[in-house]
Amino acid sequence: MVNGKEYTTDVEQRTLLVDFLRDELGLTGTKVGCDTSQCGACVVLRDGLSVKSCTVLAVQAQSSAITTIEGLSDDAQLSPLQAQLWEAHGVQCGFCTPGLIVSLTDFLQHTDDPDETTIRAWLDGHICRCTGYQNVVRAVQQVIGTLQEASV
Amino acid sequence: VTDHVFGAPIKRREDPPFLRGEAQFIADMSMPHMLHMAILRSPHGHARINRIDTRAATRMPGVVRVITAADLEGKLMPLPCIWIPGGVKSYFPPHPYGIPGAGAVLATDRVRFVGDAVAAVVAETSAQAYDALEVILVDYEVLPAVVNAEHALRDDAPQLHDAAPKNLNALWVCGAKESTDQAIANAEVVVSQRIVNQRTINNPLEPRGALGHYDPSTDEYTLYASSQAPHNHRFLLATLVLGIPFNKLRLVSPNIGGSFGTKGYLYPDMPLVLFLAKETGRPVKWVDTRTGMMHSTVQGRDHIQYGVLAGTRDGRITALRCTSYANLGAYPSTIGPGVATAMLGRSITGPYAIPNAFCEVYAVFTNKTPLGAQRGSGRAEATFLTDRLIDRFATAIGMDPAEVRRKNLITPDQFPYDNGLGWRYDSGDYPAMLDRALDMINYAAMSAMKAEARWRGKRLGVGVSCFVAVSGVGPSERMGKEGLLGGAWESANIRIHPTGEITLTVGSQSTGQSHDTTFAQVAADELGVDVAMIEVLHSDTKRDPYGQGTYGSRSFSVGGPAVKLTAQKIKQKICKVAAHIFNVAEDAIVYEGGQVYVKGAPEQAKSLRDMAMTLWYGWAISPGMEPNLDETTHFDPPDFNYPCGAHAAIVEIDEQSGVVDLVRFVAVSDVGNVGNPLVIDGQVQGGIAHGIGQALMEEGVYDDEGHLLTNTLLNYPMPRASALPNFELDRLISPTPHNALGAKGAGEIGAIGAPAAITNAVCNALAEYAVEHLDMPMTPEKVWRAIREPRAADAPVRQRKDAP
Repeated sequence: MVNGKEYTTDVEQRTLLVDFLRDELGLTGTKVGCDTSQCGACVVLRDGLSVKSCTVLAVQAQSSAITTIEGLSDDAQLSPLQAQLWEAHGVQCGFCTPGLIVSLTDFLQHTDDPDETTIRAWLDGHICRCTGYQNVVRAVQQVIGTLQEASV
Repeated sequence: VTDHVFGAPIKRREDPPFLRGEAQFIADMSMPHMLHMAILRSPHGHARINRIDTRAATRMPGVVRVITAADLEGKLMPLPCIWIPGGVKSYFPPHPYGIPGAGAVLATDRVRFVGDAVAAVVAETSAQAYDALEVILVDYEVLPAVVNAEHALRDDAPQLHDAAPKNLNALWVCGAKESTDQAIANAEVVVSQRIVNQRTINNPLEPRGALGHYDPSTDEYTLYASSQAPHNHRFLLATLVLGIPFNKLRLVSPNIGGSFGTKGYLYPDMPLVLFLAKETGRPVKWVDTRTGMMHSTVQGRDHIQYGVLAGTRDGRITALRCTSYANLGAYPSTIGPGVATAMLGRSITGPYAIPNAFCEVYAVFTNKTPLGAQRGSGRAEATFLTDRLIDRFATAIGMDPAEVRRKNLITPDQFPYDNGLGWRYDSGDYPAMLDRALDMINYAAMSAMKAEARWRGKRLGVGVSCFVAVSGVGPSERMGKEGLLGGAWESANIRIHPTGEITLTVGSQSTGQSHDTTFAQVAADELGVDVAMIEVLHSDTKRDPYGQGTYGSRSFSVGGPAVKLTAQKIKQKICKVAAHIFNVAEDAIVYEGGQVYVKGAPEQAKSLRDMAMTLWYGWAISPGMEPNLDETTHFDPPDFNYPCGAHAAIVEIDEQSGVVDLVRFVAVSDVGNVGNPLVIDGQVQGGIAHGIGQALMEEGVYDDEGHLLTNTLLNYPMPRASALPNFELDRLISPTPHNALGAKGAGEIGAIGAPAAITNAVCNALAEYAVEHLDMPMTPEKVWRAIREPRAADAPVRQRKDAP
């Protein structure tokens, strides 16, 4: 299951999930930035939790529900996280952006009231060469602030 | 419509596709019947190729073609080098046109670095192409290698190129040698330091890629590539590598995932995918891996410098001398030799008024990956040298290092200031920037902070760096003298469509710099229309006006003025036609807020769309006037521009572990007039992070045989979020007189001051251990050793063991 749609197909045993998503399904929003699971550009959600899809074989994802950046962008409207990244100028070249958004979606769903240290520690799974992370952190803080206001 | 679109913090218009994962980078592109290429690279730093056997590879599943240098003979020329050390004799590998060569597309009889391209395979899938590489048999005869630039100049060093005796590309000099030597000889105080500004790897997050297409019906090639200089690369590839007419090659850059200097170079993969597309009759795509990129994409810095600074006991600097050994790697990269010489040498005095200065640079070939530019290159190494020496000088005379800087900074009344080395600084208030940075970091309270940190078991240090950074490469004539075999202008075209929408097309290329937003702001401001009315195009060489490329912080400060000048032409034409239509003199016409009207009668205004339609039909325009609104400007600046800044850092060092914690970082910048503060601050932040990476963690480490030991992101650390504090930014504005926007470069400056500020802070924190200098990166081990064995911190282990 990828982005809510079920696929039945044969894949080579060695095919990585990221290559399957990009090459077989054409879901090129998931990026490949390294070959050692360091950069985080390829993060997708597997059953709601973030994984680096370069470190998962496609066959391992059998029976899993995978969500990619495309799956998080179904609405005409941007998600609160996407919108705040835009507001805070959290994007420059944009190559790390999809991975960051998918990963932070998991983070925001599963972390209660994170402080800046916690946000930065989570971002350690990603490399961004453009922004120095400052505006990405600010965007996450804005999302948390907005969510809290909404719940009051 | 707002009156102040220029300078407004408008959020980027290009962002939604990136946020939604829809933006296409080179790796995301595909074409029908496309093949995939993989490149076999040398595993040796230096070796002779005796034989290559590709027979097994050609029989592998899915393989369509396997090629080596023999297949390219007479078909692809070597790559050219187009920025050579200016004004001195220089030595290069050959090129059939007699211009400086940069090495064959595929290695012929010798490989000279780990990563040198040896063969290429084209197959139905990428995996099949990589599989086939495994069975290409290359009989290598390994030769002695040399990786250190000083060693490479020795008589007994292995020789890399027949055309470059002793591995010397050039000895480049600038400044006044005699007076500098004399001033040093007569000085009251002299400090000297050997500084290794380490090899760095740029690592933009997107690996490079290329997709070649050939259309036999028109005999036309198309190259899609992650190129930050598409027009220039088109020219070089067509005329100097493929040997085809300029107009038979179209180059298109898709979205580019960062560059920081690396994607402004020609690489073997670019002509290879074109050659193979024609050979196979099918599109050929190649995308690098991270490890492949770390081996074969140009790297940065890598100077061994011997710096000498002389001055008086009361803190006046009288002379500065630098001898630098620049490690060019195995081949001259496209612009590497020029960057490694002029951009460093002319910059060594920084923002300081130093009466005597001299710099010589030995540009040397070694068995490392070719050297290119990295964000701030040349200027960053110069700033590091001088700001380290100033701290050493301050210690020697017992004066506060900030006070020494204040005493020697060029003052605002001295502009334009000739630094005696080739730069003519335009504007700024260097002392005010230093004072602001010191104020922000609370410099006056430093001793109390140090004492407080001691209670917590930490050594606290503060460091400062002041810099001025030549940016906005141009004018063309000057760059010709500087050794650039090319122009240095930029361009813009504005078309106002009959329906009123506006298309702005620029010759410069975004690699993440926000062209779509900031260039639209320039045009919208001048034309008095909403930014949303303007679309910005670039990156297609068959559609766009030409440009020379995005490098040296020149997109906005050279390309931006071209946009403004073009918008002015459009306005002038509209006013002229309006005068004709309203039947009044031209000076009676007012252009305001995207409308024209006769002075005193704004209620009868005509909109931009009315005027565009009028000019589109051409029925009622002035006699002799050309119809339509379509104007182009090529802007060649009268001089460079000179952004400047002051950085201050506070570090805390854990004596037990040697870990350096960067606690605060303050950056005061002056980039002249600001087009979009969000964009400028974002670039400064990114640059600072890049500089912190160099200061604390990054180094491309090679063994003696030329193997890159830090060849993945596992062993080449880069700054991650938790290693960085929130940067505290401030800005002064002194417009440059060198362009219509008053804008200076901004993309590189963050990376220029940060390394010196942080290293000064670390040495300041370790003052009690008499640590005079530490080379970057200041890893925990290096700092830990410095604390324990202070005076021998930089000496090789062997020497310490042998010491009595």
